[in-house]
Amino acid sequence: MNGLDVGFLCRFQFALTAGFHFLFPPITIGLAWLLVIVEWRAWKHHDAVADAAARFFGKLLGLTFAVGVATGIPMEFQFGTNWARYSKFVGDIFGAPLAAEGVFAFFLESGFLGLYLFGRNRVAKKWHFFAICMVAFGAMISAFWILAANSWMQTPAGYVLRDGRAELTSFYQAICNPSMWPRFLHTMLAAFVAGSFFMAGISAAVLLRDRGSAVARYTLKLAVICGLVVSVLEVFPSGHLHAREVAREQPEKFAAIEGLYSSQSSAPMVMFAIPFTPPPTLKAKAEVPGLLSWLAFGNMHARIPGINEFPSDGIPPLWMTFVSFHNMVVLGMYFIFVMAWAALRLWQGKLFEGTKFLKLLVISIPLPLAACELGWMAAEVGRQPWAVYHVLRTADAFSSNLSAGVVLASILLFSLIYIVLLILYLYLLRVKVIHGPDAVVEQELPV
Amino acid sequence: MTLNAIWFILIFVLLGGYAVLDGFDLGAGVMVLFSRDDGKRRHFINAIAPVWDGNEVWLLTGGGALFAAFPPVYATVFSGFYLALMVVLACLIFRAVSIEFRGKIDNPRWRRVWDTAFGISSLLLPVLFGVALGNVLRGVPITGDGSYGGSFFDLLNPFALIVGLLALAACTMHGAIYLSGKNEPSQIRLIRIGQIAWAATLALFVAATAAALWTAPMLLVASNPFAMAAMVLFALGTAQVPLALHRRQSTIAFLASSVMIAAMMALAAVGLFPRLLPSTNDPARTLTIYNSSSSHLTLLTMFIIALIGMPLVIAYTAVIHHVFRGKVVITPDSY
Repeated sequence: MNGLDVGFLCRFQFALTAGFHFLFPPITIGLAWLLVIVEWRAWKHHDAVADAAARFFGKLLGLTFAVGVATGIPMEFQFGTNWARYSKFVGDIFGAPLAAEGVFAFFLESGFLGLYLFGRNRVAKKWHFFAICMVAFGAMISAFWILAANSWMQTPAGYVLRDGRAELTSFYQAICNPSMWPRFLHTMLAAFVAGSFFMAGISAAVLLRDRGSAVARYTLKLAVICGLVVSVLEVFPSGHLHAREVAREQPEKFAAIEGLYSSQSSAPMVMFAIPFTPPPTLKAKAEVPGLLSWLAFGNMHARIPGINEFPSDGIPPLWMTFVSFHNMVVLGMYFIFVMAWAALRLWQGKLFEGTKFLKLLVISIPLPLAACELGWMAAEVGRQPWAVYHVLRTADAFSSNLSAGVVLASILLFSLIYIVLLILYLYLLRVKVIHGPDAVVEQELPV
Repeated sequence: MTLNAIWFILIFVLLGGYAVLDGFDLGAGVMVLFSRDDGKRRHFINAIAPVWDGNEVWLLTGGGALFAAFPPVYATVFSGFYLALMVVLACLIFRAVSIEFRGKIDNPRWRRVWDTAFGISSLLLPVLFGVALGNVLRGVPITGDGSYGGSFFDLLNPFALIVGLLALAACTMHGAIYLSGKNEPSQIRLIRIGQIAWAATLALFVAATAAALWTAPMLLVASNPFAMAAMVLFALGTAQVPLALHRRQSTIAFLASSVMIAAMMALAAVGLFPRLLPSTNDPARTLTIYNSSSSHLTLLTMFIIALIGMPLVIAYTAVIHHVFRGKVVITPDSY
C-alpha cells in the first residue's frame, strides 16, 4: 500500500479517536458548572433536595468523566505516534499549550474530582464545594489550552518559519491567535448546552418513572432555565461572532460551509440545499438574498469570495463542510425552540406533567453532542487540505515510518474498545436513571 | 545551567513523579489481580480510588512536556514504538474505566470482570514502560530522516526486557507496601509480598546494571557526583525498606521504596544525559538535548509555566493525599 493510504488511515484514526472523545467533555464541562450551582444551594441553603440532586448527578459526572479521561489519553500521544512530521514541524509552538494543559488543568480536575467524589464525608462542606468549583474550572482551563492549540492550526500567529519548522516568536500571539476567543466562547457555550440538555433529559427520564421526585423537579427546572439562556447565547452572539471571524480569517472555509461556490456581491444566506459535486452546485436551494453579506460584513452589498476564487488544490471538501455546518445550525435553532417551549411549560406549571414533552427531552440528550461533532467537522474538514492553515499540508504531516497495516490494526483496536465503552456507558447511565436519586435526607449529615 | 538541561531534568522529574506516584497504584492493581476475595479487592481498589487519576496526570504532563521541549524526540519515540504505545493506550483506557465501572452494578461477577481488567492492565503497564525506557537507555537504530529504524521485535531485546521486569517488581513492591498501610486484615500478607518484591527488585537492578555493562556501558557514569548521590540514595532506600517492613512501619517503608524508585529514575537520567535517544547505528544521529530542543523562547516560556504551575500542583496534591491518609473506610461513595 502506498503513502496516501497511511495518510488517510491516520486521518481516519484521529477523526475516530477525537470524535469519540469529544462526546464526553461537553457533558462534563456543562454538568460540572451546573453542579457548582446545585452544590452551592445544598451548602448555603441547607437544601436537602439539592444535596440529593448533587449526589445523584455527581455520580453521573464521575462516570462521564472517567470515560472522557480514558478516551482523552490517546489524544496526548497520537500527535507523536501518527503525526510525527507534524510534531517536529510545529512542536515548538503546539507542544507548549498541551503541556500547559497538563500543568494547569489535568492536575486540577483529576485531583479535585477525587476529593469531590470521595471526600464528601472527609472534608468540611466549604472545601467540598471548593472541590467541585476546581473540577469545573479545571475542565474549562483544559478546554482553553486545547482549543488554543487547535485555533493555532486554524489561524497560526506568533511564529516564523526557520530551519524547516515553525518557531515561536510570541507566546501571547500564538495562544491568543485570531480564532481563539470566538472558538473558545462558542465551544464553552456548546458544552453548557450539552450539560443542560443532559441534566434536563436525565431529570425527565427520572420523572417519567417517579412523578413525585422532588430531586428531578428541581434539576429539570434548573436545567431548563440555564439551558434556555445558553442556547440563545450559543447562536447569538457566539455563533455569529465565530462565523464573522471565519469569513475574515479563512475565506475558503467560509465559502465552503456557506455553499458559496462563486464570488458574489450581496451574497445570499443558503437556508436549505442539497449539495452536488462536481461541478459544485446546490439543488433545491432556499436562500435569503444579501443576508450572508450583511451578517458577515455588516453590509448587504459586501462582496464575498466564492470557492471559484481559490486554487483547486487549496479548497476543503465541499459536501461534508456544507452538510455538517448547516445541520449544526438547524440543531442550534432546535435547542432554542425546545428550551423556550420547556420554559413556557414551566411558567404555565405544566413542565412536570404529561409524557410526550418529557420524552422529547430524553431523546434530545444526544443532540447537542451531535451538534458539537458537526461543528467540529465543519471546522476541521473546512481547514483541509491544511494541517496548519496555509503553512503545512495534511499530506506532509503524518508519520512517514508507519505501514498501513499497523495503523489499520490500531484503528480496529480503538474501534473495538470504543464500541464496548459506549455500550457500557449507556448501560450504566440507564441503570443509574432506573435506580434514580437516593431518598432525600432531611437531616444534615455529620461532617 | 542551560534551559535545555533544565528541561531534561524537569522531564525526568515528571516521569520520576509518575513512577513514584502511579507506581503504587499500578502495584495495587497487581495485588487486585492476585486476590480471589471480593471484599479484599474492594479494599485495595478504594485505597487508591481518590488519587490514582491525579497520579496518572504526571505521565500525561511528562508526555506534553516532552512534546513541547524536545519535539523530535517525542515524534521519533512515539511513532517508532507505535504498536507498543497502542497497547499502552489500551491499557490506560481499560484501567481508567474499569475502576469506575466495577462498583456501578452490585454483582460479584461484574466486579470480577472489571477487577481482572484493572489488574491485567496494571500489570502490563509497568512492563511496557520499563521496556520502552530500556530501549531509550540502550539506544535504537535511527534512519536518516530521524525515524525509528527498527521493528517491533527489536524492542524486545534482553536489556529492555530486564528493565521491564524491574519496573514490574518495583511497582509491585511499592503497591504492596502502600496497601499494607491501608489495610489491617491483609497487612501481614502484603508485607510478605513487599519483602519478596523488594528482593526481586534488587536482583533485577543488579541484572540490569550487569546487562548495561554488556550492551550500553555509556550509561554507567560512576565518576559523576549526581550519579554518586543517586547511588547513595538508592542504597539508603534499599536498606531501609526491609528494616521498616520488618518493624511493620508501613509509612517509612513506603517513603523508602519511593526513594528507591526515584533514585533508579535519577540513575537512568544521569546515564542518559545529555542524550535523549541514542542512535545505535550512527552516533551522529543521536538525539540530544541540544540538537532536538525547541527554541529558546519556547523553553523559557514553558519554564515560566512550570515555575507557576508545579508548586501549585505539588501543594494541592499533597493536601489531597493528606485528606485520604490512613486506613480505607468503605462508604456509600466507594467503588
